[in-house]
Order: sequence, then C-alpha cells, then structure tokens
Amino acid sequence: MKESTFKHALGTSVVMIAFTIVGTVLLVSDFFATRGPIEENERQAKLELLQQVLPADLHDNELLKDTVKIAPGGDLGNRKETLAYRARLGGQPSALVLEATAPDGYSGEIKLLVGLKADGTIAGVRVIEHKETPGLGDYIDITHGNWIKIFDDESLEQTADKDWKVKKDGGKFDYVAGATITPRAVVKAVHKALKFYAAHRDEMFAEQEGEQ
Amino acid sequence: MAAYREIVENGLWKQNPGVVQLLGLCPTLAVTSSVVNGASLGLATAVVMAASNGSVAPIRRWVPDEIRIPVFILIIAALVTIIDLSMNAYVHSLHKVLGIFIPLIVTNCIVLARVESFAAKNPVVPSIFDGFFMGLGLALVLSLLGAMREVVGKGTLFSGIDLVFGPAAKQFMITVVPDYHGFLLAVLPPGAFIGLGLLIACRNWMESRKPASVRTPPVPAMAQAHC
Repeated sequence: MKESTFKHALGTSVVMIAFTIVGTVLLVSDFFATRGPIEENERQAKLELLQQVLPADLHDNELLKDTVKIAPGGDLGNRKETLAYRARLGGQPSALVLEATAPDGYSGEIKLLVGLKADGTIAGVRVIEHKETPGLGDYIDITHGNWIKIFDDESLEQTADKDWKVKKDGGKFDYVAGATITPRAVVKAVHKALKFYAAHRDEMFAEQEGEQ
Repeated sequence: MAAYREIVENGLWKQNPGVVQLLGLCPTLAVTSSVVNGASLGLATAVVMAASNGSVAPIRRWVPDEIRIPVFILIIAALVTIIDLSMNAYVHSLHKVLGIFIPLIVTNCIVLARVESFAAKNPVVPSIFDGFFMGLGLALVLSLLGAMREVVGKGTLFSGIDLVFGPAAKQFMITVVPDYHGFLLAVLPPGAFIGLGLLIACRNWMESRKPASVRTPPVPAMAQAHC
C-alpha cells in the first residue's frame, strides 16, 4: 500500500508541475509579446496628458526625453522625487510642466500636472490621480467637470498671494458646495507650483538634460 | 437542445450568480456605481468565464482530484493575466476603462465555482456555453444594480459611456433628474449592499408569486460563498 501512495503523490505532483510549467511559459511569452506595444501605449498616454496642459504650438522638442528631477523636500513640497518636463521652441525655453502633488486631499494625495508658460502664466492644470469621493470631490478631474480650467491663464501677478484660496476662505477661487477640502488642496498645490516656478525657473532650464 | 436551454435558464434566472448563488460579491459591490462600469465588468467576466470553462473542460480527465483547485486557479489566473496584457497592448482605450477591473476577475469566486461545478464534469461546448451565460446573468445583475445606484446617486444613466465608445457616444448619457445634487449613500459601498438586497428581495417576490409546481427549488448556500 505504501508504495502506491508514494506513486500516487508522485503522479499528482508531476501533473501539478506540468501545469505550472505550461502556465509559466504562456505568461512569459505573452509578457514579452505585449511589452513593446504596452510601453508605446503608455508613452502615448503620457504625451497626450502633457499636451492637455501645454499648447502644441509652444514646443517642438521631445517632452518625455527633456526632463529634470526635482528632489523631495524643496520649495515644491514634494515628498518623493518628482519630474518636470521642459518645453522648448527653437531651442529656447518656452514652458515647463511640473508634476505636483497636493498632499492634503480629502482622501490622500492628489497628483497634478501644472503647465507653466515662460511669462509665468498657467497654460493648464490637470488632475492625473486622486482618490476623492466619487460624485462629490471628483469634479476636480476633467472627466467630471471643467472646474480645473479656472486656473487657465492665472499667474502670481494676476492674483495676489492672499487671494490664492477658495472663496469660503476669503480667496477668489470658486468651488462646489459640499466639497471644500478637495479644491482647497488643489488651489494650494497650484499656488505652490507657481511660486516654485518663479523662484527656480532658470535653474530648472540650466540643469543638464536628463534622459528618463 | 434541452440541455442548452437549461444552461441558459440557470445562468440568467434560476441560478443567477448575482442574486441567487451570491457568488462574486466583491466586484459586484465595488464597481457597480454606474451602468457603464457594471456592464463592462460583467461582460469582461462573461468572456473570462467562457474561456476558463472552455480550457478546463478538455483537460478535466487528466487533473487528479486532490490538486484540481490549484490547477484551476492557475489556469484562471494565467488566462486573466493574458487577457489583461493583450487588452493593454492591442485595445488600449478599452483597457484604460476596464483595466482596473480585469485583475479583480481572478478574485471572483463565480469563475472558480463554474469551473469546479460544471466544466470539470462536462464536455467543452456546453462548458463554454455555461460560462458565458453565467457571466451574462452576472452582467445583467451588475448593470441593473449600476443603473439603480447611478439614478439615485447621481441622477444620470450611462455616464462615462464616452470612455468606452469614444467621445461621440457622450450624447447617449441620460440625465434622469436635472439639477440633482446627488445622494452619496447610493454611490458609496453601502448603496451597493442595499441595492443588491432590494434586487434579491424583488427576485424572491417574483418567484413566490409563481405556482409551487414551477417554482425553482431554493439553492443551498454554497461552500465557496464567502468572497
């Protein structure tokens, strides 16, 4: 009896191993077959996102390759290393797209892309990642509303520091009733990005070109 | 043909995975905040179920009983991963919408339940049929639940349809209650439990009105019914 139990166990493990090997081979080959197209898709998606905050006629360089890293803990207030994309027109700096983070959203971080033109005005802001309450705080996302466009053409000159708040706090920015924490966090983060740009614009463009 | 009719009836009504077997509750509750989300995940699940039933049925005689569950899980997980990667590579716009739901399908017990209770005992073609119609039954429940939660929670129907069919489809969005301020409870997870409860009650009520002879016997609670 003992031997047949052993044989049975052996046979069973051989079947299990065979299935594992077949599964692994299938997954590995599928991974390699789809890797190229997936990377290309992700690159395209990122480029489309950048183009939403940066008019196409403002740059003629490859944005995804012309980046600078911003170390955490600086004026931008980012906790992790983040990227800035440099736009150039005929070799001259024309705009900068900052990856900014609002750390104080209602449910965690809100990630933003802020497009800043050479003259210090905002070309556009988009929320790229957030966990705000569906149907309540998610109007900051362009797929749920146009609120985020209130930052278009804003600048530090146009709006004084004390007005960079939502209306409820005595500032100039509108918000949707019932969800104040979310827009408050976004306004603060955009303001911070503007101030960062004003202070560090030249050094951003002076830095060595960094391949991503 | 009668066998196929039985499969269809089981999937859509008598043993509906969403309101009778109560299998696959985690995606049910997580993604049914709108019709489009519910229907999309439901249809993706139906495809995965047809594929997993279809691939388990031909090998059912070679899998020893003791290791059938790990083997089935291996097959389902591999299939879902392949579908996920292929969609990401070749239909990227659809993947952007469904992408977060696809890996959730692995955790859906209904897939394993059908593989175990049907595909492991039946030939290939009926198995594929069973997987697809069970999935379709789930998709119907998810769409209905999504519709209820969307109307009550946001006052709209088919919002987000442009993400699936392109910007031109935006006109299909229906605003049921204009100038609605939203009812958060319906959109958040508790709304899913309440909505599902109402759907189950509704189905039970319809069953109880039938004469006893044609009534579906109650399905015993299944052992796998806790995920």
